[in-house]
Amino acid sequence: MALLRLEKVAVRFGERAALDAVDLEVAEHEIVCVLGPSGSGKSTLLRVVAGLQHTDAGRVLLAGRDQSGVPTHRRGVGLMFQDHQLFPQRDVAGNVAFGLRMRRTGRAETARTVAGLLDLVGLPGAQRRSIAALSGGEQQRVALARALAPQPRLLMLDEPLGQLDRGLRERLVVELRDLFGRLGTTVLAVTHDQGEAFALADRVVVMRDGRIAQAGTPLEVWRRPASEFVARFLGFDNVVEATVDGECADTVWGKVPVPSGSRQGACRLLVRPAGVRLVPETEGLPCTVTGRTFRGDHVVLMLRPADGPVLEAACGLHGAPAAGDRVGVAFDVADVVVLDDAGTGKG
Amino acid sequence: MRLGLMALPLAFFAVFFAYPVAAIVSRGLKDEGQWQFGRIGEVVTDPAIGHVLWFTTWQAAASTALTLALALPGAYAFARFDFPGKRMLRAVVTVPFVLPTVVVGSAFLALLGRGGLLDELWGVRLDTTVWAILIAHVFFNYAVVVRTVGGLWAQLDPRQEEAARVLGAGRFAAWRRVTLPALAPAVAAAALMVFLFTFTSFGVVQILGGPRYATLEVEIYQQTAQMLDLPTAAVLTLLQFVAVAVLLAVHAGTVRRREATLRLVDPARTARRPRGAAQWAFLASVLAVIAVLILAPLVVLVLRSFDGPDGYGPAFYRALASADGNGGTFVVAPLEAIGNSLAYGLAATAIAVVIGGLAAAALTRREGRLVRGFDALLMLPLGTSAVTVGFGFLISLDEPPLDLRTSWILVPLAQALVGVPFVVRTVLPVLRAVDVRLREAAAVLGASPLRAWREVDLPLVGRALGVAAGFAFAVSLGEFGATVFIARPDSPTLPVAVARLLGRPGELTYGQAMALSTILMLVCAAALLVLERIRTDRTGEF
Repeated sequence: MALLRLEKVAVRFGERAALDAVDLEVAEHEIVCVLGPSGSGKSTLLRVVAGLQHTDAGRVLLAGRDQSGVPTHRRGVGLMFQDHQLFPQRDVAGNVAFGLRMRRTGRAETARTVAGLLDLVGLPGAQRRSIAALSGGEQQRVALARALAPQPRLLMLDEPLGQLDRGLRERLVVELRDLFGRLGTTVLAVTHDQGEAFALADRVVVMRDGRIAQAGTPLEVWRRPASEFVARFLGFDNVVEATVDGECADTVWGKVPVPSGSRQGACRLLVRPAGVRLVPETEGLPCTVTGRTFRGDHVVLMLRPADGPVLEAACGLHGAPAAGDRVGVAFDVADVVVLDDAGTGKG
Repeated sequence: MRLGLMALPLAFFAVFFAYPVAAIVSRGLKDEGQWQFGRIGEVVTDPAIGHVLWFTTWQAAASTALTLALALPGAYAFARFDFPGKRMLRAVVTVPFVLPTVVVGSAFLALLGRGGLLDELWGVRLDTTVWAILIAHVFFNYAVVVRTVGGLWAQLDPRQEEAARVLGAGRFAAWRRVTLPALAPAVAAAALMVFLFTFTSFGVVQILGGPRYATLEVEIYQQTAQMLDLPTAAVLTLLQFVAVAVLLAVHAGTVRRREATLRLVDPARTARRPRGAAQWAFLASVLAVIAVLILAPLVVLVLRSFDGPDGYGPAFYRALASADGNGGTFVVAPLEAIGNSLAYGLAATAIAVVIGGLAAAALTRREGRLVRGFDALLMLPLGTSAVTVGFGFLISLDEPPLDLRTSWILVPLAQALVGVPFVVRTVLPVLRAVDVRLREAAAVLGASPLRAWREVDLPLVGRALGVAAGFAFAVSLGEFGATVFIARPDSPTLPVAVARLLGRPGELTYGQAMALSTILMLVCAAALLVLERIRTDRTGEF
């Protein structure tokens, strides 16, 4: 049985639907990441589960029990707020122990738990420090310890690493995943950062305008974005109108090979930048290099064909053409995806 | 839940404000069960009343303009300059505001009146001129401007002006385009408060105005207590009520605009030592104004209280200890008024903190018309004729089930009416500044709404509540207009005792009034100094 189950949950803010008939399940010990641009309703989703947001329709079930009418403080879930919301008038230990105090945990046990959690999040001995004296990363860790302390059956994280600098973020993602795995915590996190979601989650749910656009393992979503919206949200911009016929599609870029068994007829086609291969100008689609962005271990090229949208290509550092060069382009079938939707704009 | 919180304050205001005021107004306007609305027209068109109305309005406008002109530089100095003794001085300039108007009146009498300091030195007497009233009003309200405007000024981020300078604005242009617009609503709110206080001025005008000058409030007192002309008093009460309601509506509008988002910073970071001759000269001039306007009257008051018939000494203070020797003004020793005042003041503070605290908690969320209306309602007692409230208490709370006429609680109840607005104004901004999500964080961690309030809100507003209690205590101590009606002859409060002593001719009673005023001033000053210690960064308007 799923630990958390949302059935047709809807929330409206005036005319706008923040959540529109959302169905979602989170199994015990699973880490699910909700991914979406700002305003897609992901934070509202967490607030609904926590009981902080009134729903207009649908049901929220925790361990099979309908939560309507159950106030926030009796739901037994944890929520780590985007900006932490640490209690400014309490010190680190006071913050971490708060949930335990609400559960009337004994003094000695509380102190032991707090010390253990501070060790766990990498802030040993920080009990007496004041909140104002903590850096952003340290506040993050205290907020995490505070959310973990009462051992919630479901831990929810709102943009857990949003305010941290890149290096710290990448390190913390790995630490968090490792930690949740060890504790067996069930986690529902939201983020707008795909890298974070893919690194953290067992399962990714992409949201758009209050609806679920796609759900699946990180690999599935990465390999087969369901729609142009998801593809573009993941940073793939090589999308083109196509007509599939057999194992080949007709596009303004010329013939593009598609995986066998693809849906036939008019559709939209995604070619991941890795599948855009450079060949001599005479052999493939002739393009002009209009831009070159250095990305560390590879270079991203912007290629303008005679007709149709600009192409993005990833290529190795050595032998990358310079801006203004003329090149030819061929497509690798492994990086071509036939998108499901009939083309609903750019989202 | 929220309605439940509001129930007690609403009931309090209904029973102890609306009902007494309505009772006295209807007593005045009803004749043999018939409403006599014709009285309204008669009174309003009476030239004598027209004169009072005109004087009330223009003296309030003039007092407000004069106060702003003298106090705005002070607000700037307190906001942006660091100088030794600043904290002490800020408490000192606030002393007049919480001083009973009766004491303010007597302080100026001692300075400007017959045999006053100016009279002795240069033969100048101002006590029968309007200047005495205006200067006393500035003395009284200087702190309102310094606290309201200066408090915000100190929290405005100077980097905003710096940003404007970098974008090419000159020093003055930057101030005019960036700082002034941010301050304007606070200046407007302060001006309206000063106008409100001076419009309803009673004690000051009563003592300094002589027979020539009377505000509406003084006229109401005279019609009620001396001429026993209740109908005229009722019409005047209504008139003042309407004027004050309009003022409060305008005030609420400006306050709401002021709450609009401004980038505020820690005031400790914006003040610095004055630099250069010009800034030192500016600061010196501000300090000179404070010395002449605020310190001099207080000092003269203290000096007079020791200036006995046999040279300097505590003769007047000694006389306060006995009931004899003051011409039969009292049935008890005047010194007993101190104990009475303290006891009444504490009871009134307790009532005001409970009622005001509940109201503030109920008003924390700002949405809703109902809430806004209630917000304004809470301010109404500040502007309603205290004389009307006091007399209303006497005639309306004298029969079962509410027969409080002989109960001691009547005085604290009337005083709490003036204290509640201060509590709400001080606590509400702090409560509103508490991030809703802090409460949500507590709820997610398992705290019930009540527990979340206790754990999150209370520690954050605790200090503000302390400040509010101190203010409520000080204004309760000083309340005069209502108390003078309902305090029993054998248990007068300090201001009532002072007024009675002043009402008697004779050097001894005058000296005793000064002595008693000095004691009252010291009690108020002590309360304020305690406040200054616990003052938080974000307290309300006062």
